[in-house]
Amino acid sequence: MVEPQTQPAPRSRSGAWHWLLVIPIVVPLLVFLFNAKDPYFLGFPRFYWLQLAFILLSVATTLVVYFLTRSGRAQR
Amino acid sequence: MKDHLAEIIIASTIFVIVSVMGFLAARWRRPDNMAHLNEWGLGGRSFGSWITWFLVGGDLYTAYTFVAVPALLFASGAGGFFAVPYTVIVYPMVFVVLLRLWSVSHRHGFVTPADFVRARSGSSTMALLVAITGIVATMPYIALQLVGIESVLKSMHVNPTWALIIAFAILAAYTYQSGLRAPALIAFVKDALIYLVIIVAVIYIPYKLGGWHKVFDAADTKFAKTNGTILNSANEWQYVTVAFGSALALFLYPHSVTGVLASRSRDTIKRNMSALPAYSLLLGLIALLGYMAIAAKTKPITDSAGKADNNTIVPQLFDQMFPHWFAGVAFAAVAIGALVPAAIMAIAAANLFTRNIYKEYIRKDASHAEEATVSKVASLVVKIGAVLVILLISPQFSIDLQLIGGVIILQTLPAVAVALYTNWLHRWGLVAGWIAGMGTGLWMLWYVPNAATKHAHFGGSNFALSHLFDPTSIGLNKATTVYAGFLAVVANLVVAIIVTLICKAASAPDGVDITRPDDYTADAGDAAPPAPPHQLAGDELPEPVPTA
Repeated sequence: MVEPQTQPAPRSRSGAWHWLLVIPIVVPLLVFLFNAKDPYFLGFPRFYWLQLAFILLSVATTLVVYFLTRSGRAQR
Repeated sequence: MKDHLAEIIIASTIFVIVSVMGFLAARWRRPDNMAHLNEWGLGGRSFGSWITWFLVGGDLYTAYTFVAVPALLFASGAGGFFAVPYTVIVYPMVFVVLLRLWSVSHRHGFVTPADFVRARSGSSTMALLVAITGIVATMPYIALQLVGIESVLKSMHVNPTWALIIAFAILAAYTYQSGLRAPALIAFVKDALIYLVIIVAVIYIPYKLGGWHKVFDAADTKFAKTNGTILNSANEWQYVTVAFGSALALFLYPHSVTGVLASRSRDTIKRNMSALPAYSLLLGLIALLGYMAIAAKTKPITDSAGKADNNTIVPQLFDQMFPHWFAGVAFAAVAIGALVPAAIMAIAAANLFTRNIYKEYIRKDASHAEEATVSKVASLVVKIGAVLVILLISPQFSIDLQLIGGVIILQTLPAVAVALYTNWLHRWGLVAGWIAGMGTGLWMLWYVPNAATKHAHFGGSNFALSHLFDPTSIGLNKATTVYAGFLAVVANLVVAIIVTLICKAASAPDGVDITRPDDYTADAGDAAPPAPPHQLAGDELPEPVPTA
């Protein structure tokens, strides 16, 4: 049987983890972080490699939030 | 003259295989009853993580994106790279919002964003405005997919008119028959081809050109007069506001919502928010094809009037660098890449028409089967319209319109995204905000010239702040431009809040909100619960959609 909804407390705790998502929203918009050519990496100027690296930041954060807020029901 | 026969044969063969798949898709995960909008328009609302990843990825990263983003870097340098931060921030930004939209739509059977607005705000006027905004913003987007196909056809020296008509007729036929299952199945092939082509391209082409540093050196030389391959003080604010505003707008597009609502559960969406950035990496690498074209001294195709069509730069680069047979594969990838989003967009626009115009205003008692039939016919009309716009008016018309599309779809933000958190905004406030946002948005777009096409108005979405005040007075470059949609949605929200306060002060009657707080956290398998004895957690999350 599906459990009746008896978890207001855990849900509010898991809700707080959503604030982590602010990090990958704000960081890629901070132009001063990436608007330069040095240092180069594999031939890429910083402007390009660092912005591509922000993809990893976004993936990592959303994965962490996913694992912390997973519904815990049967998967698939 | 090079012989394009090998390219044409390979590309046509792949196209035929994909078309057959499109027709067979009607049998894939076959439902008991196809005559229902949940089946035809949302694939049974049953797609798991993998299918959703391919479907939404194929939906958001369109052929036009793959052609136009590198063209932008080719023509104007670093500013074009905004597509990367845009598609990086969008997933964390919409993570919670889409979960709430999915849950409330799951519980109430909503098919379109306007369905939700109707139920939440209690205003049929606002729902109609959202539906019309969605249709108007989507139509030029569909037409643009044809521009993507056209660029490939031009590079193969095939007559674009007849090839386009045939391609879209086949697309229209299998979408009519199979609904959302067709693009979902084709998306597997499309994405496999695109990943293959791009991985080969970003390894092979820089290798042939002598390494990545050669590629960036060539771009630096071309853009030496601006800031080389990085931003300058005149366009850095534009870069940030376009990325931010486009991210806000992306999941307001009806076709994005269609992809999300077709998924099976909240966890499916969460997993996809982590997995979809793989496409952003792909897009970032595709963008750099623009610089490779500079290093390879690729020339875009010029039309009879001698005007260069920068959208042909990627196909021309492939034609120049790859062996014929692999160029054929690459061209097929771009062409099929146009079919998936075009099908989903047509379905989304058709659903809006059926649910929020036909059923609301023409036949209130339409049955589920009738809804499905109306949507199928509407999807045909939408595609014919797109072909006619491209063939009879001009591709540039739909490119200009699509720039406007992002600005206008953003004006549904308060009624859709903000309303997912709170019903505080009064229905008249929402309508007033929409009018204000639309008005200021179009006013600003009017002042944007396009140097390349020599249009004095509606030439882009980057509004010069000097039209409003002197940017140097707050320490900005005097040529600073910002994304018009961003300013317009701020105006929209301010007016919505002011009118809401007035309505509340005057005790104007609120619209009837038929959703309940726990609707926004419901998951697959949750039965509709009895009336909750206490406030559920739904409203405790503060607003994560920043507005200024």
